[in-house]
Amino acid sequence: MATTTKIGLEIHCQLTGAKSKLFCRCSSDYRGKAPNANICPICAGLPGTLPLLNQKTVEFAAMITLALGCKFPDDIAFYRKNYFYPDLPKNFQLTQYNAYSITSIGVDGKLEYGNGKDARIRRVQLEEDPGRLVYASGSMDTSVYVLIDYNRAGMPLVEIVTEPDFADPKDVRMFLDKITSIIEHLGVCDTKLEGSVRCDANVSIDGGNKVEIKNISSFADVEKALRYEITRQRTMASREIQVRSETRHWDDARKVTKESRTKEEEQDYRYFPEPDIPMVLLGSEFVSFIRQSMPELPDTRKERFMSKYGLSAHIAQVLIGNKELADFFESTLMIYLSPKEIANWIVTDLMSFVDERQKKEEDKQHLLFAGLKVGPEHIADLARLVDQETINRATAKQILGQIVRTGEMPSALAKKMHASRIDDASVLAQAVQSVFQMEQAAVHDARRNANVANFLLGKVMKITKGTADPKIALEMIQKKLKED
Amino acid sequence: MPLYTLEAGQVVEGIKNREFSAEEYISQLLGRIEKVEPKVNAFVTLNKEEGLNRARMLDKKIRDGEQSGPLAGVALSIKDNICTKGMKTTCASKMLESYIPAYDATVIKRLMSAGAIIIGKANLDEFAMGSTTEFSRHGPTRNPWDISRVSGGSSGGSAASVAALECTASLGSDTGGSVRCPASFCSVVGLKPTYGLVSRFGLVSYANSLEQIGPVGRTVSDVVSILNVIAGSDENDHTTINSNKPTYSLQERKGFRAGLVMEFTEGADPGVSKMIYNAADTLEKQGCKCEEVSLPSVQYALASYYTIATAEASSNLARYDNIRYGFDMNPEGYEWNSYFAKARSNFGEEAKRRIIVGSYVLSSGYYGKYYLKAHQVRSLLKHEMETLFKRYDVLIGPTMPILPFKIGERIDDPLKMYLVDIDTVVANLTGMPAISVPAGFADGLPVGLQIMADQFAEQTMLDIAYLFEQAAKVQRSPEL
Ligand SMILES: [Zn+2]
Repeated sequence: MATTTKIGLEIHCQLTGAKSKLFCRCSSDYRGKAPNANICPICAGLPGTLPLLNQKTVEFAAMITLALGCKFPDDIAFYRKNYFYPDLPKNFQLTQYNAYSITSIGVDGKLEYGNGKDARIRRVQLEEDPGRLVYASGSMDTSVYVLIDYNRAGMPLVEIVTEPDFADPKDVRMFLDKITSIIEHLGVCDTKLEGSVRCDANVSIDGGNKVEIKNISSFADVEKALRYEITRQRTMASREIQVRSETRHWDDARKVTKESRTKEEEQDYRYFPEPDIPMVLLGSEFVSFIRQSMPELPDTRKERFMSKYGLSAHIAQVLIGNKELADFFESTLMIYLSPKEIANWIVTDLMSFVDERQKKEEDKQHLLFAGLKVGPEHIADLARLVDQETINRATAKQILGQIVRTGEMPSALAKKMHASRIDDASVLAQAVQSVFQMEQAAVHDARRNANVANFLLGKVMKITKGTADPKIALEMIQKKLKED
Repeated sequence: MPLYTLEAGQVVEGIKNREFSAEEYISQLLGRIEKVEPKVNAFVTLNKEEGLNRARMLDKKIRDGEQSGPLAGVALSIKDNICTKGMKTTCASKMLESYIPAYDATVIKRLMSAGAIIIGKANLDEFAMGSTTEFSRHGPTRNPWDISRVSGGSSGGSAASVAALECTASLGSDTGGSVRCPASFCSVVGLKPTYGLVSRFGLVSYANSLEQIGPVGRTVSDVVSILNVIAGSDENDHTTINSNKPTYSLQERKGFRAGLVMEFTEGADPGVSKMIYNAADTLEKQGCKCEEVSLPSVQYALASYYTIATAEASSNLARYDNIRYGFDMNPEGYEWNSYFAKARSNFGEEAKRRIIVGSYVLSSGYYGKYYLKAHQVRSLLKHEMETLFKRYDVLIGPTMPILPFKIGERIDDPLKMYLVDIDTVVANLTGMPAISVPAGFADGLPVGLQIMADQFAEQTMLDIAYLFEQAAKVQRSPEL
């Protein structure tokens, strides 16, 4: 039975690069601070305070808007979304809202994310993050009290909402990878910080009711949550049970979506425009300023890697797929310009040493190469050795295998290996010499029948306990047979 | 003549020239407060010790020959919805009964650095919601001219303390007439600046898009001295206008054109109307040209005002959930929502009423019907006013359509209470400046003349107010 699946996404990304919060001067670097140490009268919502819009966040949100192919309205405004929850210091959230007129910074975009597939972007908007509830025993169900930490309250968030344009969780994964690469390239968000990017999803099958999935803690889990939810809905459909329109929470421990403990009734948020923040006029001057000041986007970078450095589309894509890789690549080129060689070393060989766990993004807090002791200078050195034919590719691979653990420079290691090869040669010569003495009859036969040389080789290998290079040993045997 | 009767300018000069010390002045005021406060109830909190300390420091400064500031020694009462660092700011509400702000409002910072002394925090209707100062947790402020009557509101404590000679001048806040109404009822001068002229940072919000902090004084000149200190852009309030700091002075100017708003005089009590026509005569005698004009959209002004004000208020007051600050209430045995509900049941009747009305007009499906329409009225009114200001320098009329009434007389009839704001809300809806100056007495009770001007035309408005004040010579303070 064929089913159609529709998936839409709601992505929240903290503008950690903005340095300060959305409406006050508190630092955006709240992580690891003592609870409620990163607050001021404004983000604590004290009586009499007024929001002060952080201009930098508007610029960052505008960059994201451009990167996602969205259109700008002439001016933007903020709305109050009113609801009571203890993590909201004012009991309303400042956000943007498009029901009465377009006030969010971006609308109607489209992003191509691979294999010619694209997704429409409904809107891009700026809003504030709430504080954090810390449950005494780790969960809401078992705690008798809860602590509130407002350090995060007022952090600038950009919300990206897509149309339900995905059918396959794998595509969602590719899309999220692309989003990650874009915001990393723009320098607006450090996606490696815990909770800096979050994603909610909605799923419906065969035109049925839409189910929202919240509480997905990482991008990596989105795919899992979606697969679970699609299976759940299909099973229900096959049993002819109607799927309810509801919000479900992703249970990270059990890897299932479950009904929200508290029924989220249809809330009336009583939206209205925030009177304390005057409308922000964007205008063409602002847009061209953003266009000019925007860092290179991954797609442009890929084009450049292909046209300037002659990389294949595949290699270029792997590099830009993770900003760290692409930056590593370009840093290496600054030291030694051999783009294709270097790209290959990074994409094929260096990546094979990266911890599988990290590759799967389950451990996103760390840099991809964090566990490896190599930097661009090592790869540049290695590529130079291969280009100059000082060492062959096989040796180079061997060298890389060692230096990722030791951090030694490839050229230094190559020198040592060369010396040890000379030692190896003299040991081998001695072995051949003693075989020739012990097996004189065979030596005699071998001079007439070339196949007998293999018998001598076997003896040499036995004496050297298999450490000798058979090719070199055979060459040496044949040479000696001719000499004597 | 006792020192507490002096105008701001006389206080500053007297202290600077060492005719008397700031300490003497403040002590006399504190004595006066002790005497009349039991009758008036203008203050919520007194700042005796700190006030005297500030006075002594000022005296020392003057003895040492240091600069003393344009308001040196001027004693101010501050409406208790303006944040004062380290000094309780209660908004006359149970919800903030023990709240001590961690920062000073911008206006407070500016006044302090100009040498002013805060003598206490003035009574108000809870969260500035009311027109009589009866909706205060601290009891009503009484009208110094007749203590059986209301002082007006919501800045009743400000106006009454000025009229009763308990301070030099005061700061109030005006959301729908809250400075001008009590100024009119207490026969003092009260000014609501153009929206954006004075920083609201530190003013506990009631309806952000409508309100401004404004000075109250016994003379136009006193009001100007304070306005000069508090006006001007503030980096902590994005709604303040970005321009050079304005300075106002009082000039003898004549030949103004004034429009007398028919809708205002027609709707007023006969005694009030009569005084306003007398005021127009007075202005004509001073060479002004007064003509009757019409402002048809005024009929929608109150509905528009109460829609917008309650909508904004319902959201502004949401933060008072007793979690971060408030009063003692044990959370044990509650979950969030029941705790919020229980704590928030401590709002007073009027605040609750406005929260409910505001939540209603914003609820889904009603936004277009109420909130959006209210904003259309706002634009319409503004347009009508702008058209009139092409022909007239100012628009005049009564500040209040009625005379100060008895305490308790209207408290059970909210609609009747709201109706008294009809003449004042127009300035808030349009963002334009307005001032109430004493016009005289009807049946022995004060009547205020309201003068409205175009946006940022405070200078013209003040010139006419001054011209009228000088000509009308209304008695300044009551016997108490
Ligand atoms: Zn802050």
